[in-house]
Amino acid sequence: MTMPVVSEKERKPLISLKGMIKVYGAGQATMQALRGINVDIDEGEFVAVMGPSGSGKSTCMNILGCLDTPTSGSYCFKGLNVGNLSRVYRTRLRRFYFGFVFQGYDLLSRTTALENVELPLIYRKEPSKARRAKARKALEIVGLKGWEKHTPGELSGGQQQRVAIARAIVTEPTVLFADEPTGNLDSARSREIMDLLTGLNRDKGVTIVMVTHETDMAAYAKRVVHFVDGLVSSDETCGR
Amino acid sequence: MFWNMLLLALREIKRNVLRSVLTTIGIVIGVAAVITMVTIGGGATKQIKQMIEGLGSNLVVISPGKRMGPGQSTDVIPFSLADVEAIYRDINAVAAVSPVSTISFKAIFSNQNWTTQVTGTDNQYFNVTNRTIKSGRLFNESELRIGSSVCIIGETVRQKLFGGQVALGEHIRLQKLNCEIIGILDEKGQNTMGMDQDDMVVIPIITYQRRIAGNLYISLIQVSVQNGASTEKVQRDITHLMREQRHLSDSDDDNFTVTDMKEIARMLTSTTKMLTGLLSAVAAVSLLVGGVGIMNIMLVSVTERTREIGIRLAIGAYELEVLMQFLVEAVALSSLGGLIGIFLAIGASIFLSGVLRVPFIFNANIVGVAFLFSAVIGVIFGYFPALKAARMTPIDALRHE
Repeated sequence: MTMPVVSEKERKPLISLKGMIKVYGAGQATMQALRGINVDIDEGEFVAVMGPSGSGKSTCMNILGCLDTPTSGSYCFKGLNVGNLSRVYRTRLRRFYFGFVFQGYDLLSRTTALENVELPLIYRKEPSKARRAKARKALEIVGLKGWEKHTPGELSGGQQQRVAIARAIVTEPTVLFADEPTGNLDSARSREIMDLLTGLNRDKGVTIVMVTHETDMAAYAKRVVHFVDGLVSSDETCGR
Repeated sequence: MFWNMLLLALREIKRNVLRSVLTTIGIVIGVAAVITMVTIGGGATKQIKQMIEGLGSNLVVISPGKRMGPGQSTDVIPFSLADVEAIYRDINAVAAVSPVSTISFKAIFSNQNWTTQVTGTDNQYFNVTNRTIKSGRLFNESELRIGSSVCIIGETVRQKLFGGQVALGEHIRLQKLNCEIIGILDEKGQNTMGMDQDDMVVIPIITYQRRIAGNLYISLIQVSVQNGASTEKVQRDITHLMREQRHLSDSDDDNFTVTDMKEIARMLTSTTKMLTGLLSAVAAVSLLVGGVGIMNIMLVSVTERTREIGIRLAIGAYELEVLMQFLVEAVALSSLGGLIGIFLAIGASIFLSGVLRVPFIFNANIVGVAFLFSAVIGVIFGYFPALKAARMTPIDALRHE
């Protein structure tokens, strides 16, 4: 857990993006997905990132989660310039600070819910007993007690997404990145997932960055950032 | 770190039972086929070599009559003891010369009888044909000179006539000849042609000529050449000498044949070697096909595995950890397949060598080669697709189509 320590006195935002640019492709076929994004996110916030498809919201989230690298611009996490970090250190950020929930759930197939949730803990070298206990607890939090032995193929979409959320929160991450977490679910299931996320944000203080294109879902967030054509078009904090 | 990787690899194997089993089977079949073929082939070669060595090393056989060919008549003039003496005296590099005359006879002891091969010869015969005495003794000088009624019998004859009884010192009857058993030969088994070499009674050549054949002829002369000497030269010298002995003019063909047993031995050995090579080539193809099967299974699952690797990277796995996991998986499956293959091959080889009556010879080299080959295939095709995926950015691996 050797992360460079930053002094607590400077009240810096948890996440700070400045002039973030991401270009896909090369030569004539280049596509600018992000054209200079400036966003600050504080610890404990619940931010919804909205925008039409192709506006760069997912790209931005992937860069925030260190799943992708920007073409230029600076990204500071806890005051630490992520752009200067090596692959190994960016992996450590993911391992110890980030959790991910994707639209397609992205669980390991033919693997039980419990083993899926255990996976991040294996990489964190948790001893097997503690690992299993934590994974069971996480599944209980998302309301899947008794479903530990089921594989993704035996679970519904909503249940799979809850397993994914359990896998993301089992490590007690600082930030939870959710890319269209309700994209594949009906409205009732979506509300369950959103209640779960708001609960995590409220009770455990997990910072949540959620990409969505549904206004209903964005309404759960305290702050909504709108993307249009790779730029931030509006940034509103609602008084909920 | 290592236990973690082992845990992850075992979970991966458990998840993909079919893929794992198919990979393992590919290796099992390849390894088992190659090892079995080479082991059996090696055993067969060894067996033939043993048989040939049993014939007597550096054996040259002189038989009367010319080499038979189409449209040739045989005018057989037999040899005499004078020919044997001439060869022993005049040819260099000769270790032993023995006259041999044989006839098929019924040997009788009390109420038992057994038809066997009666051979008249001298003590040199045992050197030339690599035979030793198990019990009793060889002929002595006076027995050979005066043609006493004594004999040395093979194990088969002893068993047929005496069973569990003591044979040494007893008398057996060969037609009118009543002779004392003075020795019993060591067992030798079948020869290359499948003839029982223990089914024989040996008597002095003089006894044979006087008491059985009633003439002074000798049907064969066997010569053993000194170690290191050229059998070809001895063969030439004997031909020359025999032509002189028989007063043949330059225009006459040989009316005798000198055969170098080494020649026959070489022919047989090279045939077996060729067959072994052929079988090994077939087996190598099966190893290759097994390898291609593994390749196929591994490459087909690349997309699925790439996405899995994406998930693992996103969750916080190091590139190195992912690679180690896949390496451990590949090595575990390949070694398991290789080990099963080796045990299967040893089982099959022991079984086949029993059925085919070929000695079982464990060839560690081929076991090593087959094992390494399969392991390398398994590792290359299990590991390198993973290497490619693990080097992608996590999101590219995750969204891989």
